[in-house]
Amino acid sequence: MDQQILNAIFIGSIYALFAVGYTLVFGVLDILNLAHSAVFMLGAAITYSLVVNRGQSFWIACILGIAASAVMGLVIEHVCLRPLRRRKAPPIAALISTIGLALIIVAAVEQGQPGTFFSWLWVDGANSVAFPAGTIPNPTWHVGDLTLEASKVAIIPISIILMLVLGYVIRYTQVGRGLRAVAENPRAARLMGLDVDRMISLTLVISSALGGLAGILFGVALGDISPYIGRDNVEVRGLAVIVLGGMGSIPGAVVGGYLLGMIEVLALVVLGSNARGGVAFAALFLMLVLRPQGLFGAQLRERI
Amino acid sequence: MDFFIQLFTDPVAFWNSHTLLIAQIGINSILASSMFVVLYSGQLSLAAPGFMAIGAYTSLLMDLHWHTPLALNIAAGLLVAGVVGVFVGLPVLRLRGVFLAIATIGFIEALRLGVILNLPITGEGLGLKNPNADPLGGINLVLGSLLVVLFLMWRLTKGRLGSAWAAIRQDELAALSQGINVAQYKMIAFVLSALLAGFAGGLEAHLNFFVDPGDQQYGVTRAVQILTFAVLGGSGNFLGPVVGALVVTSLPWVFQQAQAYINVVTGLFLIAVIVFRPQGIVGRGGLAIVKPWWWPRRNVSAPAPR
Repeated sequence: MDQQILNAIFIGSIYALFAVGYTLVFGVLDILNLAHSAVFMLGAAITYSLVVNRGQSFWIACILGIAASAVMGLVIEHVCLRPLRRRKAPPIAALISTIGLALIIVAAVEQGQPGTFFSWLWVDGANSVAFPAGTIPNPTWHVGDLTLEASKVAIIPISIILMLVLGYVIRYTQVGRGLRAVAENPRAARLMGLDVDRMISLTLVISSALGGLAGILFGVALGDISPYIGRDNVEVRGLAVIVLGGMGSIPGAVVGGYLLGMIEVLALVVLGSNARGGVAFAALFLMLVLRPQGLFGAQLRERI
Repeated sequence: MDFFIQLFTDPVAFWNSHTLLIAQIGINSILASSMFVVLYSGQLSLAAPGFMAIGAYTSLLMDLHWHTPLALNIAAGLLVAGVVGVFVGLPVLRLRGVFLAIATIGFIEALRLGVILNLPITGEGLGLKNPNADPLGGINLVLGSLLVVLFLMWRLTKGRLGSAWAAIRQDELAALSQGINVAQYKMIAFVLSALLAGFAGGLEAHLNFFVDPGDQQYGVTRAVQILTFAVLGGSGNFLGPVVGALVVTSLPWVFQQAQAYINVVTGLFLIAVIVFRPQGIVGRGGLAIVKPWWWPRRNVSAPAPR
């Protein structure tokens, strides 16, 4: 049981890190970025390829993986979001364009096999792979009945520190003030001399870098990297997390992430593995019906 | 290209070799119509795959256990989906926009992962075999019912109900102040959408020898796909979603040369269409073209100050 609670905290940290990026974009743009789970997968896939196929050290690969995810954030902005803003398209159009980009990213990784066009990116096709032993530093400790692996334990301080830094930046710095201004009212922000497009690009870069990092941590800790980890593990759960915490609220996403990890592990222990997913979504449904503003949401905004 | 060459030079052979594709387009068009009804009344509901699953399992289980005729099975599936639609609609229709979308995702995944994958009668996630399926013969039924659905959509959107939905979509508060019973009309749209999805689910179960409770079938992936039909086709007109279903479903056959890279091509296609026609393929206006900043501009002199 203790081990299960620890697992809940590990997986909750990953959910939280992923959902913080999701909720940041929703808070600023009022748009669900459905390519976020593809960026999550891409971060893990690139890091794995660099370590295993190119023989880079794990740390360099991590940095490059996060950088590639951040660049992907710029791609999302320039390909999927900015053209639609220029054309004053309804927000629902951005759902379709980000889905399109997610399809492309997943298909590109899935087609990466030796000798194909995408072999520079990924060579394991649709298979699920794990970092071979010895490629990542992973000391293991035993405390009582618990097994503590460094790869899993490290997730907790990394997530908490990053989320605190992000919270500080958004609350107390000039950049954060700009982001909040754009979130509140883009037109007024523009009239006050803010470069709104640059702020939105910055939001996507931060969000995607966090998403890519969450993917790397997921791949390292769970030993499961495939083109489908984003779609299968975090896409819909990320939605559940940001709803539990309150849409657009960063502390809400953090608490929501840990809460969802706990709910899933409890369901696993009490009801067995089949019920795990169902219970999480039933909780999501109930939360929306009973308290649609979430745990930390202040007020509901009425937009599609 | 072969696809179009065969379509125009030899329609009979095209029909024979693409019967399954055409049947799938028909099913997807009915699903797209189901999505159209909720979008037209201003609600972003992604519940259709859940109601499909209810329609499919109800009709299939009646067939397997009671050996009732097909028409009765599909009608029962449709009715059960409608009744569940009422009970799901009552709590969730207070929500709007993205919140409604996520609540309905919660509903379909709780239904699929929590109920269908755990009940012995639905095969506990292994799926159910359907020995009485009729993949080729069912196409007449599908196309016939699609025509009926389209006629229904056309009449509804032209009538009193359609006007009420359009008013609610454009401004809910204004509609309310004009004496439109917003809650009631939203509920009608949601339940009608559930009925159509349940109907499409029953039909699809009749076409396949195996009913598989996977994500592609009754999960979020399917919901997003149906939303894509409606938004890409254009949700302001009842024909838009059907055109969207037609285009998106036949893409893999049109771009056969792309083979394994079909999803890359589909993704590029989705982005290109939505960027240049944000209102959908069927809709008012031409291509949305915005000149890039480096494009030479005509000199426009500022109006003289008065």
